[in-house]
Amino acid sequence: MNAPDSGLSLEQAPPISVPFRFFLSAPLFLLLAALLLLVSGPQVLLSRWTPALLALTHLITLGFLSMIMIGALMQQLPVVAGAPMRRQLLVAWMVHIPLLAGTLMLVSGLLYSQTALLRLAIFPLGLAFSSFLVAAAGSLSASQVHHATTRAMRFAGTSLALAAGLGITLAGTLGGYFNLPLNELVGLHVGWGLLGWVGLLVMGVAYQVVPMFQLTPAYPARLTRWLGGSVFLLLCGWSLAPQLPLPLATWGTSLTAAGLAIGFALFAGTTLYLHKKRRRKLVDVTLRFWRTGMLSLLAAIALWTTAHLTSAIADDPRYPIALGILFMFGFAISVVIGMLYKIVPFLVWLHLQSRLPRDKPAPNMKQIIPDHGSRRHWWMHMATLLLLLGSMAWPQLVYPAGLSLGLASCMLWLNLLAATRLYRQLAR
Amino acid sequence: METISEYLSSDHHCCDDYFATAEVHAAKRDWAAAAASFEQFRSTMTHHFEMEEHILFPAFEQETGMTQGPTQVMRMEHEQMRELFARMAAAVTAQDADEYAGLSETLLILLQQHNLKEENVLYPMSEQAFGSKGEAVLRQMKEMSTVA
Repeated sequence: MNAPDSGLSLEQAPPISVPFRFFLSAPLFLLLAALLLLVSGPQVLLSRWTPALLALTHLITLGFLSMIMIGALMQQLPVVAGAPMRRQLLVAWMVHIPLLAGTLMLVSGLLYSQTALLRLAIFPLGLAFSSFLVAAAGSLSASQVHHATTRAMRFAGTSLALAAGLGITLAGTLGGYFNLPLNELVGLHVGWGLLGWVGLLVMGVAYQVVPMFQLTPAYPARLTRWLGGSVFLLLCGWSLAPQLPLPLATWGTSLTAAGLAIGFALFAGTTLYLHKKRRRKLVDVTLRFWRTGMLSLLAAIALWTTAHLTSAIADDPRYPIALGILFMFGFAISVVIGMLYKIVPFLVWLHLQSRLPRDKPAPNMKQIIPDHGSRRHWWMHMATLLLLLGSMAWPQLVYPAGLSLGLASCMLWLNLLAATRLYRQLAR
Repeated sequence: METISEYLSSDHHCCDDYFATAEVHAAKRDWAAAAASFEQFRSTMTHHFEMEEHILFPAFEQETGMTQGPTQVMRMEHEQMRELFARMAAAVTAQDADEYAGLSETLLILLQQHNLKEENVLYPMSEQAFGSKGEAVLRQMKEMSTVA
């Protein structure tokens, strides 16, 4: 029982440049997504398989979501798990640049149907994810801390390994390396990527930050003990069910999928309930983003359920796109942005106050990112979500949606940049 | 029987309530109420810190021989929070709602992270280290409460 393992050591937090390189790169990918939406116009929404939409999806999942989630984990993992990550700066370099380059290669490969680029993208993306996963596994295996959050993080990490492995296999299949059934692989890749990596990580993080930021009661222990593991097992069952003989395969798939829907609905419902029970009465911007996220998650589940009961919806090519908008933009992006607006100003404050002389107090969090800046961004974010959903009915809305997404990503980037510049100025 | 963990965690919880009340009053610029609830928050927190710094931490250090470890980090965070309390008090006096809100937001995260570390790690470690002596440590802390 020595200090470095106990989660109370000072040396565990990495230099501020480790997470910030990820945070500052991510909004640029969202901006690229906006430009792509504007350039391709309504055609992008014809089907989930259009090259532009595949490119757009990966700008969001790799360039934005994974970029920030990995950056935040490199910061938080040592703190939450109480075990330092070895050679953090080296790992940051080995993850950040390859992820950046690999995402751009993959996205251009998908957009221009260039199989050579897809084949090439495998290497930087493989390097980025394996470097991160090895470092994270090292930190987690040294950890003495075992609670629902570290458990969910282990499941999320395993899901990332599977999603990335499946993604690489898919890129290889499209690139002509292998000859494998594409549709099945895509289904597994999407399931492990979105529900496993994104969904389980958000759950694990929520257990800690929802009570912390809003002074809500803790998540019920019964829920946190079982939910992460159940979702992970259901994903395993759902992945393996198609291998069963026929009637069983269909039942198995439906049952496990329904279980997953119930699991995520329980999570979203509990989070909204806890928000209602919060003792901190102020409505801050993080709360707004998280509520948007949880309501979108519930809407995604409702849409999924309706599609399973109504074949007219399930067969509509717009259905998977609408589901993607709700889950990726409405849920995942909202939650991640809500987190950023707490993590970024707090990290700037924390690093500054240890560097500045005693008579020169560090600026407070709202001086680092002013409320009006983040609140304006939330409004633009909401407008984007509604316009994106609206474009399902009126395809021409894709133009204002692209414009508003572009503005929202600029607002986010400028807010983060202002915080970084303030840090640089004062820390000099 | 109440454990050290339970006793100190419920004190954290109580401080959180005062924190939230003061924050709402300051946001509404109801300065008389804000001053009263902030003072209540600050004095409860200060008392909590003193119980830890004068009784729990020394007992922990004596029992484990770790003087440069977790207790040192906790003491440093107490100092950081005391500095924020001082600046918040100044904001209440100056009736500066923006300054108070920014400091309050900063304190919230620092405080909650600190509490989590204590509740998840330090308190359980202390109970384990104290064994049967834990009861006496708890009694000392409670006696300090009645004196104060």
